[in-house]
Amino acid sequence: MEQFINFVKKEFAHVWRDKKTLLILFGMPVIQILIFGFALTNEVKNSEIIVLDQAKDQASQQIIGRIAASRYFHIQSSVMNKEKIEEAFKQGKIKMAIVFPAGFNETLLHQGKAQIQILADASDPNTASMLTNYVSSIIQDYLNSIDKTAVIPYSIVPEVRMLYNPQLKGAPNFVPGVMALVLMLVCVMMTAISIVKEKETGTMEVLLVSPFSPLLVILSKAVPYLILSLINVASILLLSIYVLDLPVNGSIVLLFAESTLFIITCLSLGIFISVKTDSQQMAMLISLMGMFLPTVLFSGFMFPIENMPYPLQLISNLVPAKWFYIIVKSIMIKGVGFSAIWKETLILGSITVVLLAVSLKSFKIRLA
Amino acid sequence: MEYVIKTDKLTKRFGDFVATNEITFEVEKGEIFGFLGANGAGKTTAMRMLCGLSMPSSGTATVAGFDVYKQTEEIKRNIGYMSQRFSLYEDLTVQENIRFFGGIYGLSNQEIKTKSEDLLEQLGLKNEAKKLVASLPLGWKQKLSFSVAVLHQPKIVFLDEPTGGVDPVTRRQFWDLIYEASAKGITVFVTTHYMDEAEYCNRISIMVDGKIEALDTPANLKSQFKVNSMDEVFFELARGAKRSD
Repeated sequence: MEQFINFVKKEFAHVWRDKKTLLILFGMPVIQILIFGFALTNEVKNSEIIVLDQAKDQASQQIIGRIAASRYFHIQSSVMNKEKIEEAFKQGKIKMAIVFPAGFNETLLHQGKAQIQILADASDPNTASMLTNYVSSIIQDYLNSIDKTAVIPYSIVPEVRMLYNPQLKGAPNFVPGVMALVLMLVCVMMTAISIVKEKETGTMEVLLVSPFSPLLVILSKAVPYLILSLINVASILLLSIYVLDLPVNGSIVLLFAESTLFIITCLSLGIFISVKTDSQQMAMLISLMGMFLPTVLFSGFMFPIENMPYPLQLISNLVPAKWFYIIVKSIMIKGVGFSAIWKETLILGSITVVLLAVSLKSFKIRLA
Repeated sequence: MEYVIKTDKLTKRFGDFVATNEITFEVEKGEIFGFLGANGAGKTTAMRMLCGLSMPSSGTATVAGFDVYKQTEEIKRNIGYMSQRFSLYEDLTVQENIRFFGGIYGLSNQEIKTKSEDLLEQLGLKNEAKKLVASLPLGWKQKLSFSVAVLHQPKIVFLDEPTGGVDPVTRRQFWDLIYEASAKGITVFVTTHYMDEAEYCNRISIMVDGKIEALDTPANLKSQFKVNSMDEVFFELARGAKRSD
């Protein structure tokens, strides 16, 4: 035991002395959270739009008032002719234009039906459809408000509620994703590199000739990174709670327990990579390409897995980050307990056991 | 005579390739045994088997009285090892390195403390104890590396080309350390490419293509081959080699 502590201490000294590693280790999660939190948002705020109001009556003014009040839009100017609109689109000044035809209110009241033209810049299809959705719902809102007095025999008013994330914030989605990503990178890459480094410098040979058991060598390499990764989890959670206003709805203890499981998965992967490679560059390359890409692609945090072709959906099941992502999302945002996520935990656990067995086995083979 | 290493027809095959072919030799206690051979002759493979890192294909061998097949753990506890690549941690201080390697060989904190003080005194590194190993000159690193390898007073210390890339003066100083260790009863098993170093050994063996072609004291070998230097002995033998890298 004393030997083991001795070894772990030495491992911490390596991390501590290497300022670059330290920066990657603790800087990366903070930077990623900040980047994803503030820069890479797919919410649309303050989009520039133009309104061409040829009616200038009560109805059109009220709708424009509602649009202006919404934080999604910023009405740039009210122009008087259509040519100006096209020009503004071409110059990229606006994302959307709304045109009210002359006599809008009249038509609405007498025929019970009026038209508004909404023009959106669909060169960015996601934004375009999001903006038109926002406008449609504002108009619908207005209709509902004036409709109270009117007697319409049949009307269906869909009541949409956005569960768990009523404000449709982006943060709930990416915090678990960033957690998976950061842990994957830190654990896999750092462990792999720290073991391969010893192979490169020849100290691994000395360790293997010593009576210190190879299993303990690996274990004492893994323990420091487990601890450092847990610190990372804590810092990501703190950032998400205090900077991004995203509370943890479920049990913190459960969240940390599941994170520990995922970290062990990553550590096994790191050990496996370190057994198969002989240089630090190679280990880094494999960790980046082999871990980063599948995590981003198949964890479901950037691209919805349901939309992928079936074979890719099958592959995604093998990516541990996918299960961890589901688990973290469930605990943090839905606030569920263990009973709701035991299946995912079981899958993640099985992947871990297999990885651990394979990497320890191949480490032993190297000794023979 | 007490033998600390004893092999009989020790062989290692990798598929069809016979890296070490039925080598048989003994090393006496306290002896400095030079293990010579051209690159690819099979020295490293033989040494790895003796250190318990690699399983022999056939033949028998005991190291410090323990069997290389079944008692590798006991062997590891009784040997020290220094590889051709410098094998201390550059980003740890001198003292931390001593503490760490003492620790993995199971020395108690008290033992490590007294031994590291002695060692620093002996090497004249007292003022450098808290400096990073990376900041030391290569010669000092090698000497420190050797001292760390014998810190736990092993029965045998294996040195795999320990003086590669070191200047002749430092090499000579390094050999003073080897003689000291040998005087304390530690058997030294050393591979080298420097023939002047071969002269320092009590006995040497020369491997060619996986076999031991010559084994005797340097003086006897020279008279046997009727030449004046070990260089020539080595050349005579290695000339016939078919393998090289």
